[in-house]
Amino acid sequence: MAVEGIDGRGRVRRRAGMRLWLSGLWLALVALVALLAPWIAPKDPLMQDLFLGRMPPFWTPGAEPGFWLGTDSLGRDVLSRIIHGARVAMTVALVAGTITALIGATLGLMAGFLRGWVDLVISRMIDIWMAFPPVLFSILLIAVLGPGLTSIIIAIVVIDWTRFARVVRAEAMAQGAMDYVASARVAGRGRIGTMLVEIGPNVLPTIAVLLTLEMGIAVIVEAILSFVNLSISTDDPTWGGMIAEGRASVHQAWWVLVFPLVTLFLTVLAFSQLGEGLKDRFDPVLR
Amino acid sequence: MLRAVVLRLVTTAITLIGVAVIVFVVIRVVPGNPIALMLPPGATEEDVARLTALYGLDKSLPAQFLIWVQGVVQGDFGTSITARQPVLDLVLGRLPATLELSVMALVIACLLGGVAALTGTRRRDTKVEGAIDVANGMALSVPDFLWGLILILAFGVLIPVFHISGRVTPSLDLPFATNFYLFESLLRLRFDLWADIVSHMFLPALALAIPLAAIIGQLLKQSLKETMHLDYVTLSRTKGYGENHVILREALPNAVLPTLTLVGVQFTFLIGGTVIIERLFSYEGLGNMAIDAVINRDLPLIQGIVILFAVIFTAVNLIVDLTYAALNPRLRHGG
Amino acid sequence: MSFLSVENLSLRIRGDGARLLRSVTLAVRPGEVMGLVGESGAGKSMIGKAILGILPRAVELSGGRIVLEGQDLGTLPAAERRRVIGAKAALIPQDPLTALNPSRRIGPQITDRLVDILGWDRARAEARAADLLAEVQIPQPARVMRSYPHELSGGMRQRVLIASAFAAEPKLIVADEPTTALDVTVQKQILRLIRQMQERHGTALLFVTHDLGVVSKVCQNLTVLYAGAVVERATVGAFFAGPAHPYSRALLAATPKYTDPTGSLTPVPEAVVAAVRAEVVAMDEAEDG
Repeated sequence: MAVEGIDGRGRVRRRAGMRLWLSGLWLALVALVALLAPWIAPKDPLMQDLFLGRMPPFWTPGAEPGFWLGTDSLGRDVLSRIIHGARVAMTVALVAGTITALIGATLGLMAGFLRGWVDLVISRMIDIWMAFPPVLFSILLIAVLGPGLTSIIIAIVVIDWTRFARVVRAEAMAQGAMDYVASARVAGRGRIGTMLVEIGPNVLPTIAVLLTLEMGIAVIVEAILSFVNLSISTDDPTWGGMIAEGRASVHQAWWVLVFPLVTLFLTVLAFSQLGEGLKDRFDPVLR
Repeated sequence: MLRAVVLRLVTTAITLIGVAVIVFVVIRVVPGNPIALMLPPGATEEDVARLTALYGLDKSLPAQFLIWVQGVVQGDFGTSITARQPVLDLVLGRLPATLELSVMALVIACLLGGVAALTGTRRRDTKVEGAIDVANGMALSVPDFLWGLILILAFGVLIPVFHISGRVTPSLDLPFATNFYLFESLLRLRFDLWADIVSHMFLPALALAIPLAAIIGQLLKQSLKETMHLDYVTLSRTKGYGENHVILREALPNAVLPTLTLVGVQFTFLIGGTVIIERLFSYEGLGNMAIDAVINRDLPLIQGIVILFAVIFTAVNLIVDLTYAALNPRLRHGG
Repeated sequence: MSFLSVENLSLRIRGDGARLLRSVTLAVRPGEVMGLVGESGAGKSMIGKAILGILPRAVELSGGRIVLEGQDLGTLPAAERRRVIGAKAALIPQDPLTALNPSRRIGPQITDRLVDILGWDRARAEARAADLLAEVQIPQPARVMRSYPHELSGGMRQRVLIASAFAAEPKLIVADEPTTALDVTVQKQILRLIRQMQERHGTALLFVTHDLGVVSKVCQNLTVLYAGAVVERATVGAFFAGPAHPYSRALLAATPKYTDPTGSLTPVPEAVVAAVRAEVVAMDEAEDG
């Protein structure tokens, strides 16, 4: 009913705007911290001191000055490890997200616009991929590729390309049926040319939204892999690795779990809210 | 109709074969020789060769695949390298634990999502609906893994009301004949055991349920609100019925159908999520076993588990389609 | 004396305050067939919705009252008001394709009001439904009651809805453009059926339509609405002999004559529209002042 939207709309828009701003602000902060990690981290994230093991955060009695968010069981500074962990998280988000988007969107565009056997092969692959439990698949891939940042990025790309391919394929099919595409073909543009020049720009907003969401997923996947101890080396600070350690000692030192968890939670939430906000803003197709 | 069924079965078969081939190839390029890991340090080259031959790992990849497929057709999924037991026995032993967890999560998700959708519809265009939308958005933005950690902190540590690891308290005496602990404890009227099992399962199930509940809540509410504008709902109001009746009897049955198909796909995501959630809560199910299998390079076991997951996924999708057909009067009567 | 009386009813859109109805007064005597005529957007459907208590959420009552058999509906608590309306009035909806719940069988959709609201026992309600279905000339009523809406044709569904409207022997039925969605051939049968049922049951009928041709066939009296205000009340005979209001005259000229559907049409002249609009604005000012 058209009349009902009248007073609702303004409120929804304003809330969406704030959501975009807050998410963007948090992600910018995390990105900045990641860039400047060596200069702003108060301690060396790898430095162990068994005499300073499991020190509580600064506001609790027994806190050790200089270790603001306490220390883990090996006496490493939690705050510094979170700051350095942001580097891994942001690298994975940007690199894995972008490559996944490029490959997935290209395959989806090809399947949706070229149709025929290309579509058949890609769609069947998507079906097969959908039958894999993604977490198990990623763990398997890491076991094959060996631990390390590159392995994680490859695993995310291999597993998540279908997220882009599915949506872009559907949208390329819808766009391909529109008149402007037909007139481009009539005007003498080739198939590949039409695909890249006419359809490509129209699916870009969708890809941007999916990319934002994918970055959040990449951060989570990295954390999960660190959690099962298959990410990068165990010493290097990652949020997932810290969480795994915190989970093990949750009854003795809650702060080892809580701080990286809160950071991870906010980051994932921010990526997701940014994606949803962008979706509302400029992409009526996904709504 | 028959054509559609056959087509469906063929694509399902292709999908499963595809999964099998990919797993087969992927796990056989795993670096590190699992055979060498199995043997004591003093083993000779011949010992390694003998065992490698025993597990058929000396043959070419296609040959190994054919042997494996032949076995699978006869119900033989090979022997676990670490546990030295048939893969099928191991996997079927763990399957009930994962099934119980998934179904419990599904029930929780339907309850939470249903209540959210109905409340949101009943109080539509008010602050209550706004609050439900915000909660749904949050629940949807954060994956089960993080919800699991948050629940561990909240209800395992801060207010310790639930167990946060294992499936049952180890010191308890279990009289069970099957691995369906939750179900069997009820049948045996052992409510003490049942309570203990639920207390172990509740948090992991809730963690799995939260994102799905949000999806159900959103889709069902949207569907309900659209239905509320339809003429038969208005007609029902003129008959003298109040809001609750109109929502529950007129709108809900029609709003559930479009939600159902989407929930099916989401339920397979939930089952996929059990892998990490079982790990997180040290719950002895398939997923936890799968991660151990990967860490131990137990190739036959990994293969068996992944295939089983793929079978479950396709089965869930099939069941959803059948349920949809059964619930929709238009399809039921061949209209 | 009148069964339904609508007194100075004003409706507006919540929030921006746009007026939908301006002080509309209307009375329907028992057994009377009253046509409510106007262009789309004139507010004629809103009157029916207000009487039946099914106004959209965005619309609010800004003045006036609705009295049903001596009971002022506005003074009743919500649940009681619904019950009274459900017992005394009924709706024949516009679109038979969307007015039956697709997931419920036909039978319960006719009997639910009798059982749940009026407290009949199920067997009696079902017998009543079967009788009514036979009365609206549906073959094999028992079979139809067991079927789902999608198994019936549009005309059949409209018959079911008519039967359902008469189920509780209401004293007033609001028919909201009941034939607009139907084929022309089916339209005639349905109109005749509504009229027959109305006469046999002695029900008052408020017939909302934009079609003066339909009014001439079905109604005794009519009320013409323009921009949410009543511009003319007349008997059908007097109206078609010579409408009093200039807008009515223009409307009549713009309607294809049922005797001569090919005849040339005259659109409502700009001048008439402007005059009526000025009249309406004067009414608003009087109300606001």
